[in-house]
Amino acid sequence: MNQPKNDTKAGQPLLEVKDLHVTFTTFGGEVKAVRGVDLTLRAGETLAIVGESGCGKSVTARSLMRLLPERTARITSGSIKLKGRELTGLSEKQLRQLRGSEISMIFQDAMTALNPTITIGEQIIEGILRHQKVSRTEARRQAVEMLELVGISHPQTRLKQYLHEFSGGMRQRIMIAIALVCKPSVLIADEPTTALDVTIQAQILELFQMLQERTGVSIIIITHDLGVVAKIADRVNVMYAGRVVESGPVGEVFHRPQHPYTLGLLASMPRLDSDRTIPLRPIPGTPPDLFAPPPGCAFAARCSRAMAVCGTYPPERTEPSPGHTVTCWLQDPRAQAVRPESQPVGTAGRPAI
Amino acid sequence: MLITLWLIVTITFFLMHSVPGSPFDRDGKEANATVIQNMMEHYGLDKPVAVQYLMYLKSLVTLDLGPSIAHYPDSVNSMIDRGFPVSLSLGMIALVFAIICGIALGTVAALRQNGLLDSFAMIFAVIGITVPNFVVATMLIKYVAVEWKLLPVATWGTWKHMILPALALSTGPLAIIARLTRANMVEVLTQDYIETARAKGLAPATIVFKHALRNAVLPVVTLLGALIANILTGSFVIEKIFAIPGMGKYFVDGINNRDYAVIMGTTVFYSALLIIMMFLVDIAYGLIDPRIKLHKKGA
Ligand SMILES: Nc1ncnc2c1ncn2[C@@H]1O[C@H](COP(=O)(O)OP(=O)(O)OP(=O)(O)O)[C@@H](O)[C@H]1O
Ligand SMILES: [Mg+2]
Repeated sequence: MNQPKNDTKAGQPLLEVKDLHVTFTTFGGEVKAVRGVDLTLRAGETLAIVGESGCGKSVTARSLMRLLPERTARITSGSIKLKGRELTGLSEKQLRQLRGSEISMIFQDAMTALNPTITIGEQIIEGILRHQKVSRTEARRQAVEMLELVGISHPQTRLKQYLHEFSGGMRQRIMIAIALVCKPSVLIADEPTTALDVTIQAQILELFQMLQERTGVSIIIITHDLGVVAKIADRVNVMYAGRVVESGPVGEVFHRPQHPYTLGLLASMPRLDSDRTIPLRPIPGTPPDLFAPPPGCAFAARCSRAMAVCGTYPPERTEPSPGHTVTCWLQDPRAQAVRPESQPVGTAGRPAI
Repeated sequence: MLITLWLIVTITFFLMHSVPGSPFDRDGKEANATVIQNMMEHYGLDKPVAVQYLMYLKSLVTLDLGPSIAHYPDSVNSMIDRGFPVSLSLGMIALVFAIICGIALGTVAALRQNGLLDSFAMIFAVIGITVPNFVVATMLIKYVAVEWKLLPVATWGTWKHMILPALALSTGPLAIIARLTRANMVEVLTQDYIETARAKGLAPATIVFKHALRNAVLPVVTLLGALIANILTGSFVIEKIFAIPGMGKYFVDGINNRDYAVIMGTTVFYSALLIIMMFLVDIAYGLIDPRIKLHKKGA
């Protein structure tokens, strides 16, 4: 299914984020949750964002829709362009126009993300009525159609039911229906399968692929599961401490990871296709304090290959192969010279450290 | 339900009879001993308490609450006939006012969380809960009625007469509802489904009224039974203060006169009323919360 999409991918990006900074004002001080994220999403593609807990994946996603808590969160700098239109300066009213119709979002736990006291039908229909000038009957027809599309049988009767009358997998399908019913061009899915068991997880991922083929929606999927990334994503952004440290096509990043953090992530994940019995290695140490992030590379303190320069100066972004970018001092020609052996950096599961 | 009612009847009956004094004690005035003797015989008060108790239960089954002792030949049933409509309208006005204003106040406070309006609302709520309603009533009479002459001081008749007693009666429940609504609303607004609603592009007003309010107000419904009880007992004092010819006034007079039949009659009547109300509140909760309906269907 990757083939037909390739021609659209050549076009200009649908969504382009440049140097995004998001800060939270808390009692303890300013939390610099996102510190210069760049992100590109092309029409019809799936971009995965991976990284440890707290690295700013959800904050990045939410700031695209400006769904951050208004009182504490602030986009301090950067630009977010959707179809060439700048979103950072939009008023709340303009943003409301956009939410649900151009960009939609689905959340991890459908059990809490849907309203327990309003029927499923009404929760779908209200979105349609918000963004389209159609009658209630027409909205209901669209809701039925959408429920059918996401694989809910007997949609006519299901519309009148409440959240508790559905199973976990069906709830997630309903969330997807709500998000896609107004045919947005971008769907953001924040850990959409984490709360589900493995079989249901696979079904939901297939549903994403099917819907993407049908509607051409571009998907940003946030996950901890590199298996999910391998299964459905075209490209992947690896985030660490509020920054993207490595980005590129999934195959490229997984097979020729360049950043030590990406290597660490891959080594800490179980691999089904691995015939070697290598013990899983969690990355030692903890992420830096986002109240006062270090001046250099944030990963330096945990990096087994850190050099003197890493802790003091931020690395530049480099592009070792087309579309594959890395932000690491090891990419610097001077570091290459220092390296004892000139073998490739490593393969997944066995980083050459 | 009937067992609860029977327990209340029994306890009230024996408590009442254990209080010293009798219906025919009159401060200062010496009544004729034979007259009293005749009266006691007429009302059956010369018999042992146990016998009186059984007699009372017997008449209660036929819904006859007996004659008033102090206001012969008035019967307790006819007192209720006259007094209850008055008390009911006063209580309903107070309750409706408390619910509407309490929910509105709590919601506004939650939306302006930690703001000035929130602080005012919550200070008001604390005052409303702690200051007894007779103090509120006295203040209202002193300022609104006596000094500013905006409304009548007391008694019953036109809608103008209803305002002050209804206000005084509703402050406590209003404050309780406001606090509960605020707490629930603050909690509900942090829920994921509110974020989902925002992500759909819904306007803040739609989110508050359609998605948040219903879930925030649900727990208030469970409190309704207690609030009705609060208003009922409050009405005894308020009716006495405003000289309103309702049930409460008859009850208080009944106690002063040790009018056994009136005390018993009003107690039984209000207990029955309250038990029925609690039952209705339970049913209402099931109707507005879809999650509970399922449990009943499944059971
Ligand atoms: N409302 C908030 N107020 C203050 N700090 C916040 C808030 N939301 C997020 N943060 C901070 O921003 C950082 C990034 O959080 P984020 O939720 O984006 O992490 P994440 O990558 O999505 O993690 P996870 O995988 O656990 O979901 C965290 O350090 C967190 O403490
Ligand atoms: Mg997250």
